[in-house]
Amino acid sequence: MREDTLLSARGLSLHFGNIPALVEVDADLWPGEVLAVVGESGSGKTTLLNVLSGRMAPHSGVTWYRAPDGVLHDVHTMPMPALRALHRSDWGFVQQNPRDSLRMGTTAGGNVGERLMAQGSRHYGRIREAAIDWLRQVEIDESRVDDLPRTFSGGMQQRLQIARTLVTNPRLVFMDEPTGGLDVSVQARLLDLIRSLVARLDIAVVLVTHDLAVARLLAHRIMVMQRGRVVETGLTDQVLDDPQHPYTQLLVSSVLHA
Amino acid sequence: MKGYNFAYLDEQTKRMIRRALLKAVAIPGHQIPFGSREMPLPYGWGTGGIQVTASVLGEADVLKVIDQGADDTTNAVSIRRFFARTAGVATTTHTEDATVIQTRHRIPEAKLGHNQIIVYQVPQPEPLSKLEPSRAETRRMHALAEYGAMHVKLYEDITRYGHVAISYDYPVMVGGRYLMSPSPIPAFDNPKLHMMPALQLFGAGRESRIYAIPPYTAVHSLDFEDHPFRTTRAPHACGLCGATNSYLDEVVTDDRGGRLFCCSDTDFCETRRDAGHVGATEMAAE
Amino acid sequence: MIMLKTEALSKRFVLHLRGGLTLPVLDAVNLHVSAGECLALAGPSGAGKSTLLRALYGNYRADSGRILVRHDGQLVDIAAAAPRDVVRVRQHTLGYVSQFLRVVPRVPALEVVAAAAHNLTPEAARARAAELLLRLHIPARMHALPPATFSGGEQQRVNLARGFIGAHPILLLDEPTASLDSERADIVVDMILEAKQNGTAIVGIFHDLPVRDRIADRLHTVTPLLQDAA
Repeated sequence: MREDTLLSARGLSLHFGNIPALVEVDADLWPGEVLAVVGESGSGKTTLLNVLSGRMAPHSGVTWYRAPDGVLHDVHTMPMPALRALHRSDWGFVQQNPRDSLRMGTTAGGNVGERLMAQGSRHYGRIREAAIDWLRQVEIDESRVDDLPRTFSGGMQQRLQIARTLVTNPRLVFMDEPTGGLDVSVQARLLDLIRSLVARLDIAVVLVTHDLAVARLLAHRIMVMQRGRVVETGLTDQVLDDPQHPYTQLLVSSVLHA
Repeated sequence: MKGYNFAYLDEQTKRMIRRALLKAVAIPGHQIPFGSREMPLPYGWGTGGIQVTASVLGEADVLKVIDQGADDTTNAVSIRRFFARTAGVATTTHTEDATVIQTRHRIPEAKLGHNQIIVYQVPQPEPLSKLEPSRAETRRMHALAEYGAMHVKLYEDITRYGHVAISYDYPVMVGGRYLMSPSPIPAFDNPKLHMMPALQLFGAGRESRIYAIPPYTAVHSLDFEDHPFRTTRAPHACGLCGATNSYLDEVVTDDRGGRLFCCSDTDFCETRRDAGHVGATEMAAE
Repeated sequence: MIMLKTEALSKRFVLHLRGGLTLPVLDAVNLHVSAGECLALAGPSGAGKSTLLRALYGNYRADSGRILVRHDGQLVDIAAAAPRDVVRVRQHTLGYVSQFLRVVPRVPALEVVAAAAHNLTPEAARARAAELLLRLHIPARMHALPPATFSGGEQQRVNLARGFIGAHPILLLDEPTASLDSERADIVVDMILEAKQNGTAIVGIFHDLPVRDRIADRLHTVTPLLQDAA
């Protein structure tokens, strides 16, 4: 693993029966960098995200993570308590559907404060202050801090999920189609919010999306996947504007421009 | 009593339960599964507590049984008589004279000593049950000490009510490691769990779980630094004995709104009255 | 001091969707530009001027050759650099103003421009953005509006403000005055001249010959490699 990478995977392979989900996938991620993984359904991009984040184990290959103290951890052989602790602190995972991550029966403040409480925060006032501060950062009015997510719109729920994830200042966030389920009019503001938060907080992101426009807006680098393999990888605007691989050219040319 | 083993349960069953109890004492606050037996009373009536009591009772023991603090309610009377008949042990209503105390939902006011065992009847041993429906997941949470969800619940209470709105079965941390349900004792009783000289055993028959707090173990009720745990009690003195520091029952005395507040712990109240203490109601009656 | 230099830069397009049709565009291009100098790319339409400019920015991939950019005192080869190094060079050293603003929905024009600033506090960035927009005749009442609804000329002026706010030592301009009337084109010319005076090295494509004559110090002619390129 190179000296400066945050996350490094080599030779990841995984198949479901006869279907190859991942075939010899390599990936590197540097601190503060946004890497988009794009592809169509069945490309393996979501599987890759799940493997990199330790939620699924590959059949072969290795994924290394460099902790803040510089120690390298093998994501797939880490003891479960350590991996779960990592997911609660240094890592984050933003689901496509915010309702899969939020506690719908818990107030917005409680949702945002949960990771702090899980890490041992025991001062109600300070937890609430931190929650309010984060609601502000994701542009949710602070008067909603005691409201249930059920009363929020889809876009607000997603922003709440982002606040809940970023409250512990993770260095690495995995995002699975973060704007996937949202109305088009809502997506743009959310994308802009994600872009500015990620840049300001210097967070590294692995972002799975089928939408090339989202990749172009958010990512420094892009990986194009087809049937479990990485067919092209590089600077985002270069891969999208000057695609080299036949599949990438097909993908780029297929996008409808409004 | 003819046809029954000492204290009803066969020796192999007692051995199995004692093994579970040893494990429970070795890991304070951690729930141990056990082979809960068919007992001659339904689930929800104290089968867990009875099985634990049956397993620790010896011929020389003196047994006290209370239900919501009272020795004279139907269930307390029934269980006490059950053991009198199947074990032939001496029984008492006097806390200080008992060596084994089985209780439903209260801890006696009298301080317990290191030669005593208190057995709690537990309906729901899992403190996270209302927050996490999956038992597999709650087991994982206990294994990994991931108790954030419980603190979220307390946070929500403070947000909604300004204080933690748990008046009984208030969750505690045992030995700084396991989150435990102390059974539906009033929050008022929680401080008694901490560093108690007596051995505390908990039995849940329907859920098939046993857990324990060894003597002199640290037990802390969950709270926030700026919302510390506080006990509450009705701001009255016992109408019978005048006590101002015991947990009170509120008794409706007539259909005109008349109320009597009296000690929930009948033995405590009686002892005080025998010693000459008199409450306002008694005084009014004179 | 030479700020940007290419050595034998070559590029072709391979259209796999057209059966692997190969279009050579650039062949062993050698050019250079120094601080305070403006190099204009000249040549007929379709010759490859835009392609060359995009290649200098790293937006198009070079097949062979080197593209050396002076970044932090060192010469960095954009053609061979790792993506995150290219990102860094673009952030601090190499700016690019495309022909058309790529519109991000629902983000106000002021934010679009301010976001491109670096080394400025958010407040300072917004203030500078407002300054540039006003100079380019985008009135204050439009600063809070997303550029999606602006006219082509207005969008291009937002694009230019975004290009200039970074104050990059090297600036690549693709037809900066194309959709502007002469009055506004003059403003842009003045901005370019000021940048040159501040030591900025500029490589640009200017379709308007009088504009080009005012700004450019040298010409580099791009000759089409394909006879029917038009």
